[in-house]
Amino acid sequence: MERDPLVCVMGEDVGHYGGSYKVTKGLATKYGDLRVLDTPIAENSFTGMGIGAAMTGLRPIVEGMNMGFLLLAYNQISNNCGMLHYTSGGQFKIPIVIRGPGGVGRQLGAEHSQRLESYFQSIPGIQMVACSTPYNAKGLMKAAIRSDNPVILFEHVLLYNLKERIPDEEYVLSLEEAEMVRPGEHVTILTYSRMRYHVMQAAKTLVNKGYDPEVIDIRSLKPFDLYTIGNSVKKTHRVLIVEECMRTGGIGASLTAAINENFHDYLDAPIVCLSSQDVPTPYAGTLEEWTVVQPGQIVTAVEQLCK
Amino acid sequence: MSAAFPSVRAVCRPGSFAGEKRGPPPAAASGKLASGFLGSAWKLRFGALPARRRGSSSVVVAVSDVVKEKKPKRSSSSSSDLLITKEEGLELYEDMVLGRTFEDMCAQMYYRGKMFGFVHLYNGQEAVSTGFIKLLKQEDCVVSHYRDHVHALSKGVSARAVMSELFGKTTGCCRGQGGSMHMFSKEHNLLGGFAFIGEGIPIATGAAFTSKYRREVLKEADCDHVTVAFFGDGTCNNGQFYECLNMAALWKLPIVFVVENNLWAIGMSHLRATSDPQIWKKGPAFGMPGVHVDGMDVLKVREVAKEAIGRARRGEGPTLVECETYRFRGHSLADPDELRDPAEKAHYAARDPIVALKKYILESNLASEAELKAIDKKIDEIIEDAVEFADASPIPPRSQLLENVFADPKGFGIGPDGRYRCEDPKFTEGTAHV
Repeated sequence: MERDPLVCVMGEDVGHYGGSYKVTKGLATKYGDLRVLDTPIAENSFTGMGIGAAMTGLRPIVEGMNMGFLLLAYNQISNNCGMLHYTSGGQFKIPIVIRGPGGVGRQLGAEHSQRLESYFQSIPGIQMVACSTPYNAKGLMKAAIRSDNPVILFEHVLLYNLKERIPDEEYVLSLEEAEMVRPGEHVTILTYSRMRYHVMQAAKTLVNKGYDPEVIDIRSLKPFDLYTIGNSVKKTHRVLIVEECMRTGGIGASLTAAINENFHDYLDAPIVCLSSQDVPTPYAGTLEEWTVVQPGQIVTAVEQLCK
Repeated sequence: MSAAFPSVRAVCRPGSFAGEKRGPPPAAASGKLASGFLGSAWKLRFGALPARRRGSSSVVVAVSDVVKEKKPKRSSSSSSDLLITKEEGLELYEDMVLGRTFEDMCAQMYYRGKMFGFVHLYNGQEAVSTGFIKLLKQEDCVVSHYRDHVHALSKGVSARAVMSELFGKTTGCCRGQGGSMHMFSKEHNLLGGFAFIGEGIPIATGAAFTSKYRREVLKEADCDHVTVAFFGDGTCNNGQFYECLNMAALWKLPIVFVVENNLWAIGMSHLRATSDPQIWKKGPAFGMPGVHVDGMDVLKVREVAKEAIGRARRGEGPTLVECETYRFRGHSLADPDELRDPAEKAHYAARDPIVALKKYILESNLASEAELKAIDKKIDEIIEDAVEFADASPIPPRSQLLENVFADPKGFGIGPDGRYRCEDPKFTEGTAHV
């Protein structure tokens, strides 16, 4: 925001409150109430307003207090955000960033625990990224703001308390590249967002058992970085996808199709996809735990895959 | 009459500026269907304007009676009494004739198989488009909906560009990618062209927000760009309308909300869809003035528009203007238009805005019949030229399919070979598998 006066933030409670997860804390004091705009509770309209502002020269960042609320903005995100650059014949660009916390939290109930990556992924004209560490959160956010394309940045409710040393100097990550988390030889595990941590936890167990998994955080949910992924598949010949998204029509489903299409010859076994259950997230702690993929399941899946 | 309606003073006003007497109220628009529940249509047209209130909050409810006071007497020859100068009169006339002739040509071209899909024509509503848009500067923004050809023309998009767009050619204003319902022009600040009603209103609110942002954050002190959002009566029952009225009034955005109330949303009469059909009343509920104006009278619309646009430019905030107007044709070229009462159609046909303006110009001696005919001829030539141009223009090639999906084509991602897909020169002829 300091670098470019056209960058502004809009959303519910982003200003005086500092954001429901304190992401925008202190910004309103520094930049004023118009640049960090507290909106009324009207997601569809203020997202549309952000899109109109983007079309006329600003670079807004729209926050969904919880990603689930952005379902109310689906009209604007699908029709206007995704489409207008195309239907205007390239005349208007929409450099907007739509971000917010999503995913399954700690017993927040079904509506606050939604996994919306799959819902948005088919919209033509948008890019989707998911951050998972403080380092890539900052880099991806900068890249998203600087990009002339509309970007949906998926944050996760449970990852806001992570602490990490990050470089002082400015850095910007690529929106389209995946991140190699742990190089390995036996199996390629593709994951993103919070599941990365479950995967790394399972990886510890797997290493103790003698396996050498390669873990890639795909980061770019749309489009997929088929180069990094492809190179990995060509090396290990086995793929496991671990995601928090639902099984039906999810990111994993698309990724399975993409890998099968492009790297079929390199696979020694069918791709295994571990997704969360196709249920509305239950409130009860135990049920909620069984909804998402747990490290134990990942270990079992790798063992099966590597037989 | 129906007890379901609020009590209304039926004020019978003495006709339009051209001196025409309005006929007696026709049978209710939904005559065959009228019941105590549905009420009747004529009450809406002929009454429902409360006396002007002053002094209470900053909200002022203006009425088009105010405009009437400025109306010249018919026999006056003093030009200072007239509402418009000769140049303005001819400009308004030309713009309305352009709109009408263009739309009539669209109908012809559609039935000849030159354009396809859903085409929504604006015949009869020209006074609203001309009345508002001719007061705007190029930097001011206009947001419309699917009935947008004439908004585009009034804003300055060339007839050639609009016609080519309708024919789906690359020379169209949106390269043939938008079509009838998605007219855009960056040069003329026409922000669309939307197929879903209501979804353009937040876009307009955003454009107004940018104007305010430029003035207050970027300190461009002379930025006084105004945005005008056009939409219909059906949209006024949609959530986005209300959400944006709230935000615009809250932040005093420089925007004018113009309701083109033509009483029908496809086959749904406004009265059957709306609990309180007086849309202008919804403005004060949000803290902005609500104005009702005769949308068949371009001079009345222009007077109201001057005030509303002036308010926005001065930073006083938004206005809601309800223009009572009518579309002479069906909702779209595919609409058989069976539900509307012929008497209602005849009533509004008699109030044709172009005929009325012509009469006014001639009776006020602003211009001669010959000058107006010259304009008619000029417009005919422009439209013919537009059709020829569109006919001769090339259709989009296969390589155009994937262009413009992303402003930054890196958004198509990195392919298996490690290069960005867009770096492959033959990429746009391929497929967008990601």
